[in-house]
Amino acid sequence: MAWLGSIIPLDHLGHYIHWHIVLISVSNLIVICLMVVTFIAALFAPFPGRSRRKESK
Amino acid sequence: MSTTEIDRQWTTRLRKRVAGKLPPEKLLPDTQPAYVASWIYVFGVTTLAALSIVIATGCILAIRGPEWWHGSYIGHFVNSLHLWSVEIFFFAMIVHLWGKFFMGAWRGGRTMTWMTGCVTFFASILAGFTGYVSQTNFDSQWISTQAKDGINATGGGAYFNVLNLGQMLMWHIVLLPIAAIALTAIHVILVRIKGVVPPYAEDSEIAQ
Repeated sequence: MAWLGSIIPLDHLGHYIHWHIVLISVSNLIVICLMVVTFIAALFAPFPGRSRRKESK
Repeated sequence: MSTTEIDRQWTTRLRKRVAGKLPPEKLLPDTQPAYVASWIYVFGVTTLAALSIVIATGCILAIRGPEWWHGSYIGHFVNSLHLWSVEIFFFAMIVHLWGKFFMGAWRGGRTMTWMTGCVTFFASILAGFTGYVSQTNFDSQWISTQAKDGINATGGGAYFNVLNLGQMLMWHIVLLPIAAIALTAIHVILVRIKGVVPPYAEDSEIAQ
């Protein structure tokens, strides 16, 4: 697992973004951004077999 | 016993009511409406799949105990599985919540489905929090000593003492899992009774 530690150093203090009253860790911000990206992708990504189902409908 | 007497029994009445509300073909359907063929509809079942892994790994952790999950490779692995399945659980649940919010999933008499989902979300947050303070490591000590001031400020510290490991562990492995599983079961049964909420366009077509 040493290779993972070299890519993502986990043995130091976390990074935080502080903007006025907003204080959030970079890791939490990344997860929130990933959720937004996943949500948008879920709305627009083609679903397998959708066109076939529409035809049969 | 006469037919009238049989009909008056609570078991008969309950059976008829359940069978009327939730016939087997509705409970375990083999087809879904065409509009369900979208990725936005998969996050509910993703949440359920993650919850089942959370429960399974939690049971293994409960059997083996803290010395095992802190001090052995397989213990670390199961502990990590528990953590990451919780991460996926919340990730999927929030995307599911956003999707249902923008669909207006409370339409068509689905108020209770929406409300049970919301209450499950809050119960899950509490389950996650009590899990963090039950890790029995420096992280849980830090979280509980920080959280105690917040809880005490609400006046609830005497009843919900985050520094009391025994109490937090019992909430985490008994009360909150019962609440989360029961609420999830009710939520899924309500989805089966009322059906998956249609998109706004489909809904107006049905109304016409």
